[in-house]
Amino acid sequence: MAEQDYSFTQEELDEIERLKAKFPTDKAATLRVLWVAQEKYGHVEPEVQQLVAETLDISPAHVHGVATFYTQYYKEEMGKFVLDVCTCLSCQLCGGYEILHHLEDELGIKAGETTEDGMFSIQSVECLGACGYAPMLQVTNGVYANNLTKEKVDKLIENLRNGNMPEFESMVMRQNEKRKKAVSE
Amino acid sequence: MAEDWRSYEPLLIPDIPNLHEIDVYEENGGYQALRNILDNREGKWTRNNVTNEVKAANIRGRGGAGFNAGLKWSFMPDPDDRPRYLACNGDESEPGTFKDRNIFEFNPHLFIEGALIAAYAMTIDTIYVYIRGEYIDWVNIFEEAVEEAYEKGYLGNDILGSGIDIDLHTTYGAGAYICGEETGMLESLEGKRGYPRIKPPFPAQKGLWGNPTTINNIETLANVPLVINNGAEWYQSIGAEGHNGPVLYGISGHVNKPGVYEYPAGMPVMDLINEVAGGIRGGKDLKALIPGGTSTPVLRADQLEGVSMDSNSLREAGSMMGTAGMVVMDEDTDMVDLLWRISHFFHHESCGQCTPCREGTGWLEKVLLKIKNGDGEIKDLDMLLDLTTQMEGRTICALADAAAWPVRHTINRFRDEFEARCKKSVHAVA
Ligand SMILES: Cc1cc2nc3c(=O)[nH]c(=O)nc-3n(C[C@H](O)[C@H](O)[C@H](O)COP(=O)(O)O)c2cc1C
Ligand code: SF4
Ligand code: FES
Repeated sequence: MAEQDYSFTQEELDEIERLKAKFPTDKAATLRVLWVAQEKYGHVEPEVQQLVAETLDISPAHVHGVATFYTQYYKEEMGKFVLDVCTCLSCQLCGGYEILHHLEDELGIKAGETTEDGMFSIQSVECLGACGYAPMLQVTNGVYANNLTKEKVDKLIENLRNGNMPEFESMVMRQNEKRKKAVSE
Repeated sequence: MAEDWRSYEPLLIPDIPNLHEIDVYEENGGYQALRNILDNREGKWTRNNVTNEVKAANIRGRGGAGFNAGLKWSFMPDPDDRPRYLACNGDESEPGTFKDRNIFEFNPHLFIEGALIAAYAMTIDTIYVYIRGEYIDWVNIFEEAVEEAYEKGYLGNDILGSGIDIDLHTTYGAGAYICGEETGMLESLEGKRGYPRIKPPFPAQKGLWGNPTTINNIETLANVPLVINNGAEWYQSIGAEGHNGPVLYGISGHVNKPGVYEYPAGMPVMDLINEVAGGIRGGKDLKALIPGGTSTPVLRADQLEGVSMDSNSLREAGSMMGTAGMVVMDEDTDMVDLLWRISHFFHHESCGQCTPCREGTGWLEKVLLKIKNGDGEIKDLDMLLDLTTQMEGRTICALADAAAWPVRHTINRFRDEFEARCKKSVHAVA
C-alpha cells in the first residue's frame, strides 16, 4: 500500500477550532479531535494519534493513553459496518447472546473479528442504555437497532449490504399517548 | 405512597407532542421558573433562597447516590476570582438504566432550565453537559435544543436582559462506564482517561481544572424548575417519606411492556411490575428484581412484598434505589450466568488504578466463570464472599463496592442455586 499522508482539511481544522473553544485548554479537546479523526480515517491507529497530537500541540503519549482507554475508538481498521451487540444484563436476559451467535453464524466470524470482504465486524459490548428495548445492537457507533429478532437481524444485514442504514427510532414512553400518535403520523 | 398513582400525569416528560421544540415548551409554561427567578432576584429569589428552596424540597440525586441536590449546591465555596462550573452527568452507563436519554429527546428544555437555575444559584457561568459517546444521536438532538435556547436569549450573554452570562457546552465521551463516576467524568471533560480522583479534595473545592465544580445528574436537574414553580412543600407532597418527586423508572428484562415510565417516587414494586409493565412474559412467575441498576443488590420475589421504590423501603428490604433502573427476572433465570455476566461487566470497566478493584474484579469474574462451567467447588463460593469484603471500602471510587455487592447478595440470596452448580468439595466427599 502507498504511504498515506495524514492531515486535516481546512474545513476540519475550522471544526477543531470550534471544539477547542468549548474548553479553557486545548488538551480538553483530545476526545473530540480523536472523534473527528476517526470519522475521517475510520480508526485511530498510531499515525492518526500522531496527527491529533500535532494538531492540538500535545504529547503523543497523552493522545495514545486516551485513544486506548475508550472502547469506541477503533485501535485498528474495522469492517465498513461495526455491529456492537449488547450482551449486558438486560440484553442477556432477553436473548442478546442468541442475537450475537446468530450474527456469528450468518457472517461466519466470531465477535472481535471482521469478515474477509471487509464489510462487517462484530463486537460483544456492555450496556448501551437501551435496556427496555432489548436485545439490541448499535451500528458503527451510530444508530441503535432495537427489539431484535433473528429475522430483524437478517433484514438489517441485507439492508446494510445494500448501503441502507437503519433510521433513528424514537422510543416514546407508553404513557405518552398523544405524543406516540404524533410520532406515528 | 399515595395510592392514586393510576391518575398520575407525568411532570418530567408530560404527554405533549413536540415539547422538545422551544416554542411548544414556552407555550406550556416553560422557562417561567427561570424568568420568575431573574425578575425577583433582589426579593424572593436571591441565589441563597433558590438553593434553600431546592434543599428543602430534598431532590434525591437521580444518578444513583440519592444525595440532596440543594444541600450539594450549598457546599460550593463563596465566589472568588476563580471560574466555577456545573458539570451535568449524562453518561448513563449503569446497566439497566436508560432514562436520561428520554429527557434529551422529549423534554430537553426542562433540563436546560434546571441547569440554568442551578448555575444562577451557585453563581456559575459555565455549564458542561457530558453525554456518553454511544448516545451520539441524542447528543445531536440535544444540541438543537441548546441552539434554540441560545437564539431565544436563555443562554449566552445578558440572559433575558438580566446582565447574567451563562454558557452551556455539550460534549461526549467515547465508551467507558467509569466516566459516569463524577470525578472520572471531570477527568474525561479535561480530555484525559477517566481515572477517578482521590477525594478529598471534593469537586466543590477542586473540580474542573482545579476550580469549584458541582456535579448533578440530568434527571436531578430536570426536577429543579418543578420545585421553583410549585414550591418545596408541593414537591414534598409527591412520593414517599424522605424520597420525593417524580421518578423515571426504567423497566427491563422479562416483562410484557418494558420501557421508561414516569411515576412518583415510592411506587409499590409489584404494581410497577404487574400493572405498569404488564406482568411477566409468558405468564411465568417472578423470580427476582434488581431495583436500581446493576450495582444494587438483587431481591428475591419473596423479599418484594409490600416494598416500594424509595430509599427507605428498599433499604429495609435489603437493597437500594440506585438509578431506578429495574431489571426483572422470571422463574427460568439462571442466577449463576447472570452474576458471571455482571462480574464480567465490572471487570471490563474497572479503570485499574486500585489493586483491590483491578485484581478483585478479575478474580470475581474468573471464579464465577469456573462455577458457571460446572468446575467450581463449594469452597469457591466462600472464597468469593471473602473477596467481596476485601474489595469493599478500600478503593478510590465506588466501582469496587458496586462490583462486590451483587456478588455477595446474589450468592447469599440464591445460595442453593450456586451450590447446585458446584462440584462436591473434597471435604464433603470425605
Ligand atoms: C462507577 C460509577 C458510575 C456512575 N455512573 C453514573 C452515570 O452514568 N450517571 C450519573 O448520573 N451518575 C453516575 N454515577 C454517580 C455519580 O458519581 C454522581 O454521584 C452523580 O452524577 C451525582 O449527581 P446526582 O447527585 O444528581 O445524582 C456513578 C457512580 C459510580 C461510582
Ligand atoms: S475503584 Fe476501580 S474503577 Fe474506581 S478508581 Fe479504583 S480501580 Fe478505578
Ligand atoms: S443491557 Fe443491553 S442496552 Fe442495557
